[in-house]
Amino acid sequence: MLSAGAQRKLKAAAGEIDVNTDIAIDARNVGKIYGAGASAVTALGDVSISIEKGEFFTLLGPSGCGKTTLLRCIAGFETPTSGSIHLSGTDITYDPPYQRPVNTVFQSYALFPHLTVAQNVGFGLKMRGASAADVAKAVDRVLALVKLEDFANRLPQQLSGGQQQRVALARALAPEPQVLLLDEPLSALDLKLRKEMQSELKRLQSETGITFVFVTHDQEEALTMSDRIGVMSAGALLQVGTPHDIYDRPVNRFVADFIGETNFLDATVEGNQVRIGTGDLLAVPLQGETGAVTLAIRPEQVSVTSAQTGISGKITEAIYMGTDTHYTITLKDGSPLVARIQSKSSGAFDVGDTVGIAIDAQAVQVLKS
Amino acid sequence: MSRRKTRRSKGLDGWLLSAPALILLVLAASGPLLIVALYSFLEKGDYSGVRWILSGEGWFRVLFERDIFDQTVSLADANLSIFWRSVKLSIATTIITFGFGLPTAWFIATRPAKSRAFWLFLITIPFWTNLLIRTFAIMEVIRNQGILNTFLMHFNLISEPIQILYTDTAVLIGMTYVYLPLMVLPLYAAIDRFDFRLIEAGYDLYASRWQVLRGVILPIIKPGIIAGSILVFIPSLGAYVTPRVLGGGKNMMIGNFIELQFGQGQNWPLGAALSTVLLLVVLVSLIIYTRASSRDDSNG
Repeated sequence: MLSAGAQRKLKAAAGEIDVNTDIAIDARNVGKIYGAGASAVTALGDVSISIEKGEFFTLLGPSGCGKTTLLRCIAGFETPTSGSIHLSGTDITYDPPYQRPVNTVFQSYALFPHLTVAQNVGFGLKMRGASAADVAKAVDRVLALVKLEDFANRLPQQLSGGQQQRVALARALAPEPQVLLLDEPLSALDLKLRKEMQSELKRLQSETGITFVFVTHDQEEALTMSDRIGVMSAGALLQVGTPHDIYDRPVNRFVADFIGETNFLDATVEGNQVRIGTGDLLAVPLQGETGAVTLAIRPEQVSVTSAQTGISGKITEAIYMGTDTHYTITLKDGSPLVARIQSKSSGAFDVGDTVGIAIDAQAVQVLKS
Repeated sequence: MSRRKTRRSKGLDGWLLSAPALILLVLAASGPLLIVALYSFLEKGDYSGVRWILSGEGWFRVLFERDIFDQTVSLADANLSIFWRSVKLSIATTIITFGFGLPTAWFIATRPAKSRAFWLFLITIPFWTNLLIRTFAIMEVIRNQGILNTFLMHFNLISEPIQILYTDTAVLIGMTYVYLPLMVLPLYAAIDRFDFRLIEAGYDLYASRWQVLRGVILPIIKPGIIAGSILVFIPSLGAYVTPRVLGGGKNMMIGNFIELQFGQGQNWPLGAALSTVLLLVVLVSLIIYTRASSRDDSNG
């Protein structure tokens, strides 16, 4: 059986996405302004986004970019100042949170301290008026899903951070919402636990088929987990696309800089090549750009040779990172370029070496300056 | 082993060091109580005081009375109604102070940190004012020619003054006013610790406003509710000044009734027995309180 995400990809490839049946969340021109007059702060400015059913969608951006505000508008904790939000074709912009078939996993977990794990997980269904037997059945099922069957009668404060995280997940999944909202749920966990929970979340998403809207500032987390990513900055949605799209074809310097490490080199278009500051020419893929451009070059697209032909520079810093070594090379015109090279036991370069540089020109992304 | 020994000797040091304070406390606190308990088992003196003869008459008279002429025994209806009124008024005071106290405490706890001190200050001001003065102030508000009646008559809402003073209602208003801060402060402390994000979690999980209040907020601030209720209920039960001033001579509470036995009634053993009964009621309330709050600790 195909996962919901894989099904979505097939449908998208065949151009079969139907706006009314396949879109879970449709935000149209959503704006949110706090305060009024001179002290007004724009948290969201005219954001439109369509999140498909069964998709793992990530809102990615630095803190204060409006991603959490957008999530809170979908959950119903904030009312947009302008625009509308539709859930499966129904306008829910002004519905109170308790009338939306949407559940949230909070950053702070927000577990009820006076209720046991089972009571926490059953809370949503109980409030909806489900019978005690139905609640118990659902609680058992969801606790099995997050592997916490043995903790049903514990109180939240008797659990570890990772376990509390699972309870928060189970509590939000138990009422079988149409959309699950996750507000930086992994930020309080240590690295190892975070990695575990990332694959756990992926598993849960494909097992339940529920649409996940995940908010994070961690680009690595976004890249590894998402079907699609929406990159936000300063209240605006900059780019929406698959992790590959976003990483390989960032639309602007902000996205390129935020997602992964990137070198930026200023260059000028000359015919079907570009001339960089050192005077060297690079045959990068051009799409009608003219004049001044910025080249976005990933560190892994730069290779270092001892032959001093073509572009050359001096190694000013070498950081050993285990598998890879990061070299910072200062080019002739003074601009720095970071190269990521697989560490070798022999033949490594040292700080002060003058080296030749080869750039995988076809992989370079050309951005308008 | 050696560690345990050190700890024990430390404990002994602690006892020795606190001995002077302990002796003072035992003598000063339990001494008078023992005298009260002892007097309740003695015979009443001719005019006042006690005669040093052991007697159960004081305790007997708490619940029963003898006919002056034929010595037939009957239930002391008057005493019982005073007890009943005291308990009833104290429970009502507790409920009303909770009704006013919860929104007040909520309001203060949700103010910005800077202005909270100001609101708490307003709540505690009455504590620094003499109880008698505060009670007379209430009297000024509710008496027939007082502020409330004048106001209502001025706007033709009523044609003649409402008699509030010297009724149970007056006592209730007075006690609610006097004990409100004792309810607000513990409630405030509990709400201040409350994680407001849990309210959003409740809304998110399909709970309406009422369900969030009942299912999330009230259970979590329960220790504050219990503490506030005890702090209001116990002094209400023994209230003396407020019922004396606002209730007049007729609407006595236990406090006034006890005072009567030591004054005009000239029946010290009965007064001592009534005091002991009041003390027992308070003790039982406290036991219920500790039970309820310890259950709360183990349960969340």
